[in-house]
Amino acid sequence: MTTHRIRMGDGRVEARSSDELRADILAGTEDAADRGRIPALTEQERDYLFDLFAFRGRIVGVEPGHEVVLTDDGVAGSLWTDQGDSGVGVPVSREQAIRLFERAFGFDTAELGHPDYSYKPVKPVVANEQQCMESVLLSTIIPVYYGAMPNLATYARPDGPFGNPSDLMPLGRIADARAAQLEAAEACTRDMIYVGKKMAAAGADGLNFDTTASAGDAEFLATLQAIEELAASTHLSIQVGMAAEFVLGMHGEVEFRGERLAGLYPHQQVKLVEKAGASVFGPVVNTNTRKSGPWNVARAVTFVKACSEAASIPIHANVGMGVGGVPMCETPPVDAVTRASAAMVEIGRVDGL
Amino acid sequence: MAHVLASGMGGIRTAGDLVARMQLHRKMRLPQAKAYVAEKLRVGIDDLSDVVLMRELREDLDIGVVTAMPGAARGLAAKARIERLLGIEIASVRMLRAKLEAEL
Repeated sequence: MTTHRIRMGDGRVEARSSDELRADILAGTEDAADRGRIPALTEQERDYLFDLFAFRGRIVGVEPGHEVVLTDDGVAGSLWTDQGDSGVGVPVSREQAIRLFERAFGFDTAELGHPDYSYKPVKPVVANEQQCMESVLLSTIIPVYYGAMPNLATYARPDGPFGNPSDLMPLGRIADARAAQLEAAEACTRDMIYVGKKMAAAGADGLNFDTTASAGDAEFLATLQAIEELAASTHLSIQVGMAAEFVLGMHGEVEFRGERLAGLYPHQQVKLVEKAGASVFGPVVNTNTRKSGPWNVARAVTFVKACSEAASIPIHANVGMGVGGVPMCETPPVDAVTRASAAMVEIGRVDGL
Repeated sequence: MAHVLASGMGGIRTAGDLVARMQLHRKMRLPQAKAYVAEKLRVGIDDLSDVVLMRELREDLDIGVVTAMPGAARGLAAKARIERLLGIEIASVRMLRAKLEAEL
């Protein structure tokens, strides 16, 4: 009996028979179809995934001519940061790191980010970020984003001035928890607009909101409102990368342009991001570490394909550690990453990664 | 890096940065962005990710090449030429023009 070497969602190597491999792929796409109320992958698409995972070579890729644009979330920082940022601790400056990614590694775009990668801590040191951006733009050719996370949780006590919904909700103080989230969202929007306008003044090509809606629907609202203002008042190309496939209803009742944000999946999220004025949308599908790589990739590609079909702006799927079908482990294996990468392009029809 | 090898266009090794700019500046989906850039470069769409062809073309157009060639446009100079080539405005180039045109 032929067995196939596959990775699990936590990176472990396991074996699957051909029948088991096909069953995993089918189960993954059906899970996404059921949750998102979207079409499952066709038999032809499932066959493509089977061939991808049955191929015995380490590295796979897209067909020549099918290549896509790469954007990132400050990945140049992975040269000089610590383990917490998936970094390898090589002491290069941010300017040098970005030039390495442009010239040595062949990236299509780059992103400048602060080591404390959230908008709230960047605000008081934004002048330093501006001068670094200006320095980077002098010597680079590829488009350069400035990126950070909305990270609404940093606005709640003890880190911030507002009430903490995680403390209030277990006490049954739902109304107070909701009010605290909206107050924090207002401050978060203000900070993101402030930093965004400073980056526009520095000449940045774009602004990235990374892990959007990590704290749920109120954070998504804060980000959409910031996008509206920045898209209308600056030249910035705005990219939105989500935190999860599903917007958590931590508030439950916030709306943007008449649409409730809680419970939205990528094919629904993208429509609101478009309305707000963003240029690029990065859907996220979280990896289930208890399921196989083929299951996770089939599931992720199903969500992203639906998102791509619904979108009118470019879709740059998040395909990294723990998302987009890639295993959740510190050093994502190239066999797993290249399979997820190719699947997202050939089946997911993404415009970038 | 895995993505670069598996699926990436290749940045300034090819036309990856140019296609990226059309996505960022004009919100073009990938096929539209590739078609636009291919027309401006007068090449086929499949040629956009051909490192051999694009290396020579980028040198001819002086829009930035990946190897460190003395005299080749880099940074803002390359971006200024890319602006003209693609018919877009790049903020950092606009800001340089403003500095140059401002009175002393």
